[in-house]
Amino acid sequence: MNDFSWLLLFDAAIRLATPLLFAALAGMLSERAGIIDIGLEGKMLVGAFAAAAWTSISGSVWEGIMVAMFCSVAFSLLHGFACITHKGDQVVSGIAVNMLALAVTSLLAHRLFSQGGMTPVLDKLERLPEVAFPQWIEVDDTWLSQLYWQLLSGHNILVYVGLLLVVLLSLFFKYSPYGNRVFAAGENPKALQRAGGSLATTRYAAIICGGAICGLSGAFLSVGHGAGFVENMTVGKGFIALAALIFAKWRPVAILFSCLFFGLLEALAIRLQGHPLFKGDGMLPIQLIEVLPYVLTVIVLAGFIGPSLAPKALGNRR
Amino acid sequence: MPFFILFVLFLISLSGHSHASLTVADKVQSTRIAVVYDRPNKFDHSFNQAVYENGVVPLLAQGIQVKEFEPANPAQTEQGILKLARRGYQPIIGIGYATAPAIRKAALRFPNTAFMIVDSIIELPNVQSITFDEDHGAYLAGALAALMSKSGKIGFIGGMDIPLISKFSCGYLLGAQSINPKITYLENFVGPTLNAWNDPTKGRELAIYQYENGADVIFSAAGGTGLGVFQTAKDHNKFAIGVDSNQNSLQPGAVLTSMVKRVGRVVFEHVQAFIAGEWQAGPYRYGLAGGWIDLARDQHNQVIYSDRLHGEISNLKAKIINNQLPDIVRLRQCSVEQ
Repeated sequence: MNDFSWLLLFDAAIRLATPLLFAALAGMLSERAGIIDIGLEGKMLVGAFAAAAWTSISGSVWEGIMVAMFCSVAFSLLHGFACITHKGDQVVSGIAVNMLALAVTSLLAHRLFSQGGMTPVLDKLERLPEVAFPQWIEVDDTWLSQLYWQLLSGHNILVYVGLLLVVLLSLFFKYSPYGNRVFAAGENPKALQRAGGSLATTRYAAIICGGAICGLSGAFLSVGHGAGFVENMTVGKGFIALAALIFAKWRPVAILFSCLFFGLLEALAIRLQGHPLFKGDGMLPIQLIEVLPYVLTVIVLAGFIGPSLAPKALGNRR
Repeated sequence: MPFFILFVLFLISLSGHSHASLTVADKVQSTRIAVVYDRPNKFDHSFNQAVYENGVVPLLAQGIQVKEFEPANPAQTEQGILKLARRGYQPIIGIGYATAPAIRKAALRFPNTAFMIVDSIIELPNVQSITFDEDHGAYLAGALAALMSKSGKIGFIGGMDIPLISKFSCGYLLGAQSINPKITYLENFVGPTLNAWNDPTKGRELAIYQYENGADVIFSAAGGTGLGVFQTAKDHNKFAIGVDSNQNSLQPGAVLTSMVKRVGRVVFEHVQAFIAGEWQAGPYRYGLAGGWIDLARDQHNQVIYSDRLHGEISNLKAKIINNQLPDIVRLRQCSVEQ
């Protein structure tokens, strides 16, 4: 390990945090409007599949991104139809979305590509580009240059889109009248209705935007960071995103940091493998290191966030 | 009405009988074998696909009935195998160590049915156990990695931390040390669940970590997870080594070679023996001799896996086959420890 290995650690944390960030922001929009969003995992999976499938068929990754957002919105609407229009149970509907997404993506992948639930491997040109920063700082061994080139520059374009979204969403909730409406839909639906707003319209708008953002999260996995879809490739990231959302108490900037925290845990788990923690043979078994991020998630959620400040009308059917 | 239904049922049962008595014509025609794939699935570009392409497809071309079973989750494996045995398929071939417990159970319950297990050993009178000298192939892969490495650092990414994979890593490290005794070796595992064989996102992250820390050749013994490793190798202009199937074409120019296990051909030949009536239960081991394990060289990698390297590797291979390797005792321990 060199002197700047900790920079590489944060670099990895950013990469690992990005899919969580998109999903958690999507979840925030939906839950701020009072709709529990357990279906994040499923919508991510749909986004990942749609992006990779469309890109490998059409060859254009930008079209793939659009299709990913569109398909993810379609699943959001399904969830919305069940819980807004028909006032069904939001948790049950969310679980249904997850199960349906897992089955549909794997079925379609088998049918369309006959590669056992995979899409073809995508070329570098069929993936989202990485953004290199302008040459403001020379490449050398100084602290600043390393920080600039290793940590800030050279990430996938979606990483920067994610950061931009955090800013936009926090401004949205602070200053926009629409932000207030979404807020009211989750806190006090009756007040929203008495003020002349439509609860259903507000909620639908929120979950549609959430769906689009969630599609980006999946697209990052299959056409941004990765190169192709494989069955169940989200492996539980949607639920970690949900944890990050709760940990951050449904606030955009806090979500950024909680996602980075979870990303850091995973990056750390990779780096702890094979490195003795103590002098002598204090090597942790790999299985224990692997489970560490999940254990810490439970500890953090159970112990450190204090009272959880969920939107008051979250999960209410009326 | 009830009489009509009874009559129809009677007709159906009649037709069923006549059908059954017709199908004893040809020995090949009457052979109904079953292949049970491992996780993640049949087209994993790796282990299972090797069985499908070089085993199942030629058997089908011969006119043999092959029932393929892809368990969607581990719980299905056992039920599925028992059902196949009940329906009279034989031999029933379990692909991969994960199917071994189910095969053992079915073999105990159906002592007159022939079973085969790949990558594991079951000591029962009706089971053929097929294993490979992966450590020998990995030894060659390690030697090649060390010959190729400019930084003196090589990496290994294994799926799960299980005995089969330690066999790979053990041989790989020994091979690398035979070329460069001071080589630095990085080792990572993907995870503790069966998802480890199918998680290219994690594979990519592990590969980025190893390349950033100076490794320039990574051996990926992690099935479909390798896709992420190869992609990273391509992006970083470094090299990776594939496993089980010939994975050279997945990222041409970045996949240095693939350590192929000719699982498909083994399955094919064993079924031929079964048809010829020469089938014998017991353990079978396949290694470098006969090319059952090899480093693949084709149009996708012959530029980077050059003639000079190929020559050196062939020398080493001959030494292993003829037991002339100075390391041979240590190499043998790789599989003894299992």
